[in-house]
Amino acid sequence: MSILIDKDTRVIVQGITGATGAFHTRLMLEYGTQIVGGVTPGRGGTEFEGVPVFNTLKEAVAATQANASVVYVPPPFAADAIMEAVDAELPLVVAITEGIPVVDMVRVARYMEGRPTRLVGPNCPGVITPGACKIGIMPGHIHLPGRIGVLSRSGTLTYEAVGQLTALGLGQSTCIGIGGDPIIGTTHLDALKMFNEDPDTDAVVMIGEIGGNAEEVAAEYIADHMTKPVVGFIAGRTAPPGKRMGHAGAIISGGKGTAAEKMAALRAVGVHVAESPADIGAMMKDALNH
Amino acid sequence: MKIHEYQAKDLLRRFDVPVPDGGSATTVDQAVEVAKRLPGPVWVVKAQIHAGGRGKGGGVKLARSIDEVRTQATHILGMTLVTHQTGPEGRVVKRLLVEDGCRIAKEYYFAVIVDRETRRPVVMASSEGGMEIEEVAARSPEKILKEQVDPAVGLAPFQCRRLAFNLGMTGKVVHRAAKVFGKLYEAFMAMDCSLLEINPLVVTEDEEVVLLDAKLNFDDNALYRHPDILELRDMDEEEPTEIEASSHGLSYIKLDGNIGCMVNGAGLAMSTMDIIKLHGGEPANFLDVGGGANKDQVKAAFKIITHDPNVKAILVNIFGGIMRCDVIAEGIVAAVKDVGLTVPLVVRLEGTNVDIGKKILEESGLDLIAADGMRDAAEKVVAAAGGAGGVR
Repeated sequence: MSILIDKDTRVIVQGITGATGAFHTRLMLEYGTQIVGGVTPGRGGTEFEGVPVFNTLKEAVAATQANASVVYVPPPFAADAIMEAVDAELPLVVAITEGIPVVDMVRVARYMEGRPTRLVGPNCPGVITPGACKIGIMPGHIHLPGRIGVLSRSGTLTYEAVGQLTALGLGQSTCIGIGGDPIIGTTHLDALKMFNEDPDTDAVVMIGEIGGNAEEVAAEYIADHMTKPVVGFIAGRTAPPGKRMGHAGAIISGGKGTAAEKMAALRAVGVHVAESPADIGAMMKDALNH
Repeated sequence: MKIHEYQAKDLLRRFDVPVPDGGSATTVDQAVEVAKRLPGPVWVVKAQIHAGGRGKGGGVKLARSIDEVRTQATHILGMTLVTHQTGPEGRVVKRLLVEDGCRIAKEYYFAVIVDRETRRPVVMASSEGGMEIEEVAARSPEKILKEQVDPAVGLAPFQCRRLAFNLGMTGKVVHRAAKVFGKLYEAFMAMDCSLLEINPLVVTEDEEVVLLDAKLNFDDNALYRHPDILELRDMDEEEPTEIEASSHGLSYIKLDGNIGCMVNGAGLAMSTMDIIKLHGGEPANFLDVGGGANKDQVKAAFKIITHDPNVKAILVNIFGGIMRCDVIAEGIVAAVKDVGLTVPLVVRLEGTNVDIGKKILEESGLDLIAADGMRDAAEKVVAAAGGAGGVR
């Protein structure tokens, strides 16, 4: 029925009493997500919206049997928060925070090597399995339970794609925002593999953007292993080279990472590539009918 | 963030790496004063702009006397330097670096970056110093040596030596270069660089290792912990509207077209530019108001867009998530009333509280063009700007 999260996922909010964490904790609770605890160092023993707050993540996990966390901690402390979740051996950490220094993420990536935790993000809208569990900042009401997987580097562009799918009656199994930073935990490739192996996902929308070569790497996997239709879109065909387009990772450098290259790589392996961002939903409908 | 070569060299001196003696100057007299403090008999006069390819563009000159320093400084200061990185309009040179010349035996390339795929820092070096590394990568990729760094250990001495030997260095130069490589890696990490590039790094006839050029770019996300580096920002080298935008927490990049865009989210902002182009228009800018923009930011965004004289129509494309459409609508109404509107404005709202947002716009009495969906929005704004192909 989904990947990564479902109705039984038990979530800890790291940074639960901060402005962003508090705001989104309320929205996640409203959506029906099982928020079983929060962590704010120094606020242990208190409650927030009926949710117990702990000083350390290890304590929180021991008391609540949580199996996921979400990080709303501000950038200077976010890498440390992720590592605390990795240390507690949580299976899943979703890092929403935007603006974490790259060098900090280099250290996080090194720290995670050989450990069981999966990281989604940072700088991402989070993960949602419609109707079951929402971990992140996406508007829940635009989603519809169903059988299309959605993965994307972007936030609002993902909402755009989801909105189009929902309007056409095409529900989603799980939607993952993998994040717009140069160093992220879960890549296009990782998410594609999970969707390919999920019996309750029939097809995948994959949204990429300029910069790096993650889409090309995903294309290689699609060529050899993907058994489900993939609809692709790449943002940034009109982006000038050498300029960082909002996301830290969205930059064409040394003539590499252009939208044209990525679209060609995806087309070559049979992905239905939408020319227009307005056509993502309609293309999925076509792809399912063929 | 980018800085000038003279600033990069000043920063690197703190890490005890060999850079030539010299100083910066904004006038010819200052340049001569700097030269007089140096031993000679050869000086180098270098234009300081935030772009590579300065030598080929005529911005780097040798001088063999103080008089020649004066002549070259007079020539370079104030010139419009055009290189492959400045664009055809070039950049006016406002500052010089005057340095001690050195007798070069061999030039090398050295750089540190973070590799997205391996999620690790990687050190690159090449015996093809002084050339554009992209050219070397295209023509003879085998000449680019790479060492991946384990961030828990740092660039190990054996990796530094291996680089030096594989670059063809011999004798005591190997150990001198290896020491410099290690310190440059430390500098990269300590200062949160996004790029450290030394091109060329040279070995002199006296077998000394010297950093003849130095380019440092910094991770904007880490500048909060480097206030000293943030002070080195040169506003003259940046687009004034981009500076204005960043002071309001907006991400703005100026482009050449005539359709102004205001969008929430970087991916949607890029896609909005793309769909404008797809329908025959040309975007005038990239503008991401971010995930939680308030009324003031929307107003600032409007001012920036309308300040561009090329803008013939504006497209606002908002997919409300956490950001509510009613807040955006109020921001638009306030901004238009405050800033005034002289060009057609197309508004597409979707997502959270979209109905309230649309109602606010309708009841405002403003002369707006409402759009449903991205295609409708793109078609309407391209038509409003004078139709497809209306640019250039």
